[in-house]
Amino acid sequence: MTAVQDAPAAESEIGKDRRRKEDQRLITGRTRWTDNIALPGMLHLAMVRSPHAHAKVLSIETAAANAMTNVVDVLTGADLGEAQGVNANAWPITTDQVTPNHLPMAIDRVAFAGEIVAVVVARTAAEARDAAELVDVEYEELPAALDLKEAAADTVLAHPDLGTNKSAFWQLDSAGQGSGRAIDEVLEEARRDGIVIEREYRQQRLIPAFMEPRSTVVDPTGEQITMWSATQIPHITRFLLAATTGVPESKIRVIAPDVGGGFGGKLQTTPEEWITWFVARRIGKPCKYTETRSESLVSAHHGRDQWQKLTLAATKEGRVTGLKVDLLADLGAYVGIVGGGVPVLGAWMFNAIYKWDAYQFNCTTVLTNKTWVDAYRGAGRPEATYAIERMMDELAAEVGKDPLEVREMNWIKHEEFPFTTVAGMTYDSGNYEAATAKAKQMFGYDELRAEQEQRRANNDTVQLGIGISTFTEMCGLAPSRVLGQLNYGAGGWEHASIRMLPTGKVEVITGASAHGQGHETAFSQIVADRLGVPFEDVEILHGDTQVSHKGLDTYGSRSLVVGGEALVLAADKVIEKARPIAAHLLEASVDDLEFANGRFSVRGTDQGTSITEVALATFASHNYPEGMEPGIDAESTYDPVNFSFPHGTHLCAVEVDTETGGLKLRKYVCVDDIGNIINPLIVAGQVHGGLVQGIAQALWEEAVYDDAGTLVSGSFVDYLLPTAADTISFEIDHTTSPSTTNTLGTKGVGEAGTIASTPAVVNAVVDAVRHLGINDITMPCTPERVWRAINHSGGGGADPTEESAMPHFSPDGPNQDHGETGEGEDL
Amino acid sequence: MTRINLTVDGEKVADDVEARMLLVQYLREKLGKTGTVIGCDTSNCGACTVHLNGQSVKSCNVLAVQADGAEVTTIEGLATDGQLHPVQEAFRECHGLQCGFCTPGMIMQSVDLLKENPHPSEEEIRLGLEGNLCRCTGYHNIVKAVQYAAEHSSGAVEGAPA
Ligand code: FES
Ligand code: FES
Repeated sequence: MTAVQDAPAAESEIGKDRRRKEDQRLITGRTRWTDNIALPGMLHLAMVRSPHAHAKVLSIETAAANAMTNVVDVLTGADLGEAQGVNANAWPITTDQVTPNHLPMAIDRVAFAGEIVAVVVARTAAEARDAAELVDVEYEELPAALDLKEAAADTVLAHPDLGTNKSAFWQLDSAGQGSGRAIDEVLEEARRDGIVIEREYRQQRLIPAFMEPRSTVVDPTGEQITMWSATQIPHITRFLLAATTGVPESKIRVIAPDVGGGFGGKLQTTPEEWITWFVARRIGKPCKYTETRSESLVSAHHGRDQWQKLTLAATKEGRVTGLKVDLLADLGAYVGIVGGGVPVLGAWMFNAIYKWDAYQFNCTTVLTNKTWVDAYRGAGRPEATYAIERMMDELAAEVGKDPLEVREMNWIKHEEFPFTTVAGMTYDSGNYEAATAKAKQMFGYDELRAEQEQRRANNDTVQLGIGISTFTEMCGLAPSRVLGQLNYGAGGWEHASIRMLPTGKVEVITGASAHGQGHETAFSQIVADRLGVPFEDVEILHGDTQVSHKGLDTYGSRSLVVGGEALVLAADKVIEKARPIAAHLLEASVDDLEFANGRFSVRGTDQGTSITEVALATFASHNYPEGMEPGIDAESTYDPVNFSFPHGTHLCAVEVDTETGGLKLRKYVCVDDIGNIINPLIVAGQVHGGLVQGIAQALWEEAVYDDAGTLVSGSFVDYLLPTAADTISFEIDHTTSPSTTNTLGTKGVGEAGTIASTPAVVNAVVDAVRHLGINDITMPCTPERVWRAINHSGGGGADPTEESAMPHFSPDGPNQDHGETGEGEDL
Repeated sequence: MTRINLTVDGEKVADDVEARMLLVQYLREKLGKTGTVIGCDTSNCGACTVHLNGQSVKSCNVLAVQADGAEVTTIEGLATDGQLHPVQEAFRECHGLQCGFCTPGMIMQSVDLLKENPHPSEEEIRLGLEGNLCRCTGYHNIVKAVQYAAEHSSGAVEGAPA
């Protein structure tokens, strides 16, 4: 028998549904959350927070707290002063952006309920909290800017010294930048001889609500000051600690150990981190601060919170010719690290998968006296996708066509890629036809439409709605040059290094910083394939700036498309460094060597050596080519050349009880095209989790404030996170159009589910009751709102859209629905 | 201070504790059982779920003094002789966790659920886990993990690995 001796092609790691390396420790409780850390002599912090949305701090009485047993110190903003540093905004979206100075601890004025005015340091967390109750703060309340639209009119100022609440105005205009025609022209044509649809949508305020509350430990006792923090961004935190507190960067080590979810909510440098940093340095002892859930909900940044005014122009047949977007975005009291930039990220996504003649995006960011707002899963792109996917359904209703048909009339055909959009982005690849066809078939689209007909004809009390969302998004933030043009404070590259250990193990260091995404597994698969070493032998190190000295962390679905590519480049460098050494050891010419499955072999012979043998040989260094360095470790920094643009078709069926307003999710199907897939198991998990977060925006979640500016939904009793009992199982599948912007052909997946699902669900809810004259229901679509919409009681609820319409709205124009909008109340 | 004696993950322990100390604080701060975590302050999230005398409880909702004389099992005591409990195995197999923060509570609750109902329907699983929040997985794979554990163990009863 002749066995096939030619190195049998090892089974590719990429594409395997490997079980995760991370799981063993997580399922057995061997975890390292920041709050688990206990150091000798460690002190605990408790924060004193303002109960008022806007107030002057007149006096702070700390003596009683200070007198408590085991209380070490009580510090106020006056004690911290300038030395506390600032919480920076890294992305001023315009050069004249109005940016309030954000001190971690307020000194004489607080700008939102939850802002910190004092810190108690004690030997135990319980004692610190007890003493915090004894700190007596005298406030003089000031009028607060709470409602976004009123704040935009500058009726009450969130920061009186700034003279305005308007932080910045940012525009993208297709005519101005040469990527399309002028929007006014197109609207004019449509008003004359086409269709104009005007709508206003509310993106309610959401709370990221990662499950692990934020926690920070600072140990000042070594030569380097170490901070452990539940953060997505250890590298950026280190940089900003140095930049704002004057400690040399080389003296700072930031570690993000196991981090329990982020979703953008831990993409921040926080007052709590900065205060813990200050206190530990001042007292000279390790200090820990762990927030309670209630503190987390009120002080960790929120997401979304926009008003979107949309004017869509189309031909009578339903071909969209242009869209004008006017956004108001609530920043809350301070401009977060990328706060102003989040709504701007939506600018390139309103045009979604469609081909238009003209497009204009106008965005005004507004300061209010509420919790700050910054990135939350999707960051700008869910808002944009929601708006346009809702509008496409409105257009379909207007022209009396199936919403999928109208989308198809407008979308980019697969043979048109790469395609430069009206917003000026070049989409790498995609096939909307294929994804949609597959989704329709999995969903049983035609059957469900037939059932819908039937129920309508029978006047069933339970009506069926079918919701569609054919989304795209941009992942892989971002080419550094693009970020530079946008005035962003950093680049978009990622770094990786590979250390070939003498025992054959491989250490991979990535600048991405995972918090649940499964990098340790997926990155191991990439490196195992590239270097031809066993999956088990690859160790992924991350999240510690002393090990991973260079990186830009994890957000914006960038880890795989940018960080993964850096790994590939580093691995290729390892191979290239090993090649001449292997040739030397084999006494062969470099040109005769082939590398496959981890082995260098001499073409046409059975001679060869493995890359791990080369690593061992360089460790001994007894025999290597003259003039070379003995070592094959390598590193690489990859700056992406473009974004990648995953897409997908999501279909949702919802049953609406027209008597009670009750909703039931019946079926959810999605077919996403995220390019090549490294690990289908992890991808499925990302999709499921993303879907539920997006569905939760559609149906359940909202951060609600009362008239005094107090967060009413300030605990898990009131902020409605979905449970297992609220959700359903999903049917997901993929089509594959490999990305052309990276060698792995991957696109991001971390945010896709969230971006796509919100409009799919709301479209389904509206579709179920559209025949009753309803064309909108404000999110979250609670049973009460649905019921009110059906029963026409007050129509719009607390936020009537028509009165406040912008001048380009013409209430008497064609295609306006009067008195039939079904928005609910704001509470 | 009150003296309590109890068994945690099979070990006998005794401590003087403040009357107000919660069981979860006792486990974490006094015993270093940091596998059990705290996710909220309103008893909503279930991240702190442990077994008290064989029944799942939210350990943030029990005082340490109430556990006097009791037997407590945490996520750290679930695997026996280095062998994962079938429910732990199922969570890994089905990718029922991402960040893993809710996982100790989810697993402890799932073990209890299967003990009471070894062959639950999807709906029964979903209702049985209603008191445990997860922000990462969308629950889809958690439900699958519980189904998997039900199918792959001769009875996913505590202390009886398949
Ligand atoms: S910590 Fe949330 S329920 Fe116990
Ligand atoms: S896995 Fe992250 S909260 Fe459940």
